Amino acid sequence: MKAKDNDLLLHDHNHDGIDRRGFLKCMAWAGTGAVCVLSGGVLKSYSLSRLSDLPSGHAKGDFSFVQISDSHMGFNKAANQDVVGTLNAAVQKINALSVAPQFLLHTGDISHLAKPEEFDAVDQILKSCVAKDVHYVPGEHDFIGDDGKLFLDRYGKNTKGSGWYSFDQKGVHFVGLVNVMNLKAGGLGSLGNEQLEWLESDVKHLSKSTPIVVFAHIPLWSVYPQWGWGTDDGAQALSYLKKFGSVTVLNGHIHQTMQKVEGNITFHTAASTAFPQPQPGQADSPGPMKVPAQQLRTLLGITDVNFIRGKHALAVVDSNLV
Amino acid sequence: MKRKLELRITVFAIALLGLATIARVSTVHGQTATKSGSEVKIDNFTFAPQDLTVPAGTSVRWVNRDDIPHTVVSDDKTTFKSKALDTDDSFSYTFTKPGTYSYFCSIHPKMTAKVIVQ
Repeated sequence: MKAKDNDLLLHDHNHDGIDRRGFLKCMAWAGTGAVCVLSGGVLKSYSLSRLSDLPSGHAKGDFSFVQISDSHMGFNKAANQDVVGTLNAAVQKINALSVAPQFLLHTGDISHLAKPEEFDAVDQILKSCVAKDVHYVPGEHDFIGDDGKLFLDRYGKNTKGSGWYSFDQKGVHFVGLVNVMNLKAGGLGSLGNEQLEWLESDVKHLSKSTPIVVFAHIPLWSVYPQWGWGTDDGAQALSYLKKFGSVTVLNGHIHQTMQKVEGNITFHTAASTAFPQPQPGQADSPGPMKVPAQQLRTLLGITDVNFIRGKHALAVVDSNLV
Repeated sequence: MKRKLELRITVFAIALLGLATIARVSTVHGQTATKSGSEVKIDNFTFAPQDLTVPAGTSVRWVNRDDIPHTVVSDDKTTFKSKALDTDDSFSYTFTKPGTYSYFCSIHPKMTAKVIVQ
């Protein structure tokens, strides 16, 4: 189980009946392939093999999508000399899901050096995915050398500023944010005033029962600032989402799964499809972590997210590539 | 006979002079090379040394030994700005004016360091 206990903050502010011990026990199972479903304020867990037992199955209006992240196409050092192979394995994993996802979210670092052939290679590999729509947000690697010009040329249609946007799918409001532009010396991820103002107005008129999914590359919450794992103005963005009953924040960047719940907001980071990184403070630096070959694919993965209408449930399931 | 000897001595002398000239140029070049050699090693998300003090006119060379790309960018983002340096790539900048030049990696902005030019 990747998430550290002290990141699993759970305060019963909302008196919604979530039992802390039960939640932690549930989250412990999630690392081995379980689904934790919040249904009417009560958490239940189901092992991946018994997904058909889920409360409402896939009734009309329900849907699922998959988050992948940090494919780092072009990386070829010791930690993984076949990022093409592991991305293909991720696609195969997605294609083998019992219910095909509606679309993919790629939370950035698509490329390793923002080269055209790297973006091309990812596009080519994702063509064989059963989900044909992919929504992207950039990582800092995608902005190398040209402040994101190439990335925005390819993926920035209908986006604003450095590439932020929102869209709706079956009543769920999705917001893609960019926190890797104009990074300052000594700083963390950064959204900037223009994007924050846009976000505030984008969600202002939505009813508080609208489920919200925010996705951005660098974690919007402070995972480990010493390693740049956080966003300087992330808290301000989250303040605009306080009124909503269900907010899910999906991030990448740290190349490991981690989860935190704070009130109505569930934070989740995805594994990379390229290489793992050490847990906070467990190494000198947050660089690629070399592991024995047979262990590599257990530390890479995809995230399947199921929206089950009427149950206030957004079930987030990580699975590795083995 | 004597003329041939004179000729050989002359040719030999010219050759010696030529060699001496080359040697002097090499020595001068060697001295210049030693003076301009100041290197910063990038590894483990760190610039080493983090504080580098050099005399004005020094050309500083950064070499990336990490397994992840980094950049070398002055804090003001204009004084100097390298392209992305992958493993074993290098970047050089000549500091002509005295001052303190803070810089960082624009990909991983928590990586900061400075060059103090005296």
